[in-house]
Amino acid sequence: MTKNTIKMAALLLASTALIAGCGKKKVDTLPPAAEGTDYGQTPTDPNANAAGQIIPGSQEDFLQQVGQFGDRILFETDRFNVDAEDQATLQRQAQWLAQYPNTRITVEGHADERGTRDYNLALGERRANSAKNFLVSIGVDASRIQTVSYGKERPSALGSDEQAWAQNRRAVTVTIR
Amino acid sequence: MSLFALNRKLASFLLLILGTQAAIAQTPPPPAPATDEPELVEFDTSKTRSIAVPALVAPSPADTPAGNSAALGRQIAEVISSNLRASGVFETQGPNGLRMIGLAEVTAPQFGYWKARPVEQLVQGFVRVGGDGNLTVGCYLYDVGFGNETTRLGFNVPPREWRRAAHKCADAIYSRLTGELPFFDSRIAYIAESGPKNKRIKRLAIMDSDGANHRFITNGQSTALTPRFSPSYKSILYLSYVDGNPRIYVYDIDAGRQRLITQSNSPTFAPRWSPDGQTILYSMAVSGNTDVYKISASGNGTPVKLTSSPGIDVGGSFSPDGRQIVFESDRSGSQQIYVMNADGSNQRRISFGAGRYATPEWSPRADLIAFTRIAGDFRVGTMRPDGSGERLLTNSWQDEAPTWAPNGRVIQFFRTAKGSGKTSIWQVDLTGSNERQLPTPVDGSDPAWGPVLP
Repeated sequence: MTKNTIKMAALLLASTALIAGCGKKKVDTLPPAAEGTDYGQTPTDPNANAAGQIIPGSQEDFLQQVGQFGDRILFETDRFNVDAEDQATLQRQAQWLAQYPNTRITVEGHADERGTRDYNLALGERRANSAKNFLVSIGVDASRIQTVSYGKERPSALGSDEQAWAQNRRAVTVTIR
Repeated sequence: MSLFALNRKLASFLLLILGTQAAIAQTPPPPAPATDEPELVEFDTSKTRSIAVPALVAPSPADTPAGNSAALGRQIAEVISSNLRASGVFETQGPNGLRMIGLAEVTAPQFGYWKARPVEQLVQGFVRVGGDGNLTVGCYLYDVGFGNETTRLGFNVPPREWRRAAHKCADAIYSRLTGELPFFDSRIAYIAESGPKNKRIKRLAIMDSDGANHRFITNGQSTALTPRFSPSYKSILYLSYVDGNPRIYVYDIDAGRQRLITQSNSPTFAPRWSPDGQTILYSMAVSGNTDVYKISASGNGTPVKLTSSPGIDVGGSFSPDGRQIVFESDRSGSQQIYVMNADGSNQRRISFGAGRYATPEWSPRADLIAFTRIAGDFRVGTMRPDGSGERLLTNSWQDEAPTWAPNGRVIQFFRTAKGSGKTSIWQVDLTGSNERQLPTPVDGSDPAWGPVLP
């Protein structure tokens, strides 16, 4: 397990220059591999064609183009501001969206488990709107973006510690098929 | 002399029982005993009273859809005994381990025998199956030391509602001996949880205050959260993701149908009823900014926005007179508790302790507000409506979302386990004593206690 963790950490550092090195969001343990929504994985990949190739404009394509964890931005406790690092992530998302102008997205806002349920629903909505507002400010048509808050109902990381909570305070962009 | 004062015998007592269908019919209050009336002592949970509850007598045992009346007599005594014991105020004996009493004894207890057990209080009664198939349940409370009767009650119920007769009897005894209002004959709506932490199945469910008569309302295909029984128990407000987005619905229990409380493209959450059931309080996020709103429960009103701070204003609970609302807001920079008039005027902060304060809930007795305090761990506490007298009642990793028993004496909340995220429903006395877990078939969260049934 330790070996795997180190291996994965090394992979993360190599592949995500955006996240690595940032004090605020440095994660020693990795979240599970990006999977679009954080739940409801389908056993067969609907984004792959018969030959197993990724269909351009699909969720799978989006995830590949924005890079590992490029589908999400993270927040500090009770915060919802989009910082420079988040902006870089969202800019990559916007670039992809510019290539596929007919694709719409949902921004899912989440909170960690260390907040009360109703407040976390409000906070998740705030975070999703922060991401949406930035995407709109850099040219993505607002009508293409919907938001949904899951509060603390859908954690990405399952632990009850600072690392897990840091990964769960997030806004995740998911393409709508 | 009143008719009641003449009735000392079981036979004539029965004539007084007025039968009805749905609600539990109760006899008019019995007269106060003429002599040796013991003074009601100040309610003190540190003093437990011993009370014996032998099986209720079934004069002529008969079968009912809920079983034979003789078996019901024992089961009713078990529920009475269990209710009183769970309140933390009584040590109960019986019905197991106590001898069967005879019919004549119901109104003429053998005080010497009970004094020797020893017990301070004695509950006796009978169950009779009427010509209409309904049960008549008689319930008598005796002070063993004084050797007199202090309370008597009669109930007429369909056999399937035998537990309600037991709760009503336990309520009468609890009230008589503590001076507090009753609470056993009430129901709880909550969220039944199962499955792994990142894919939790959350179902709306209801049960009696002691966990009996459990029933799932939703099937778990979409996440359900934060239910609230209407004061009439006819409907439940709750949040559902049934259309993919968080929205508040009002679910009609008899019809099995639900409708949105308001048509909106924005998420709605944190629903509450006004005490008269005419108004629904809720929170709505517009462009990420959450405020508190109210709308008529009739389904055709216009929402009224009550808060307008740029922060998160969320939740809310009416005072029992419906004139004020307590809610939470992070307008100061962190979650704190505020009180406002029901029209949104005069908003003022009342929580000033260390940490964040959330999920305020006004006691049905008006004197206190329960809350979740977040300072590292989550603890449930109470404060007066002016913010003074803060007290913390629990001490665990994450205790959240208090809801009041209808008598304002007991608080229920849910507890989340660190790591696993497993949840359970607990209750604690206002004094912080008698903390105990409620039995639920699966994990449970978001409890909401309804009023005492009529």
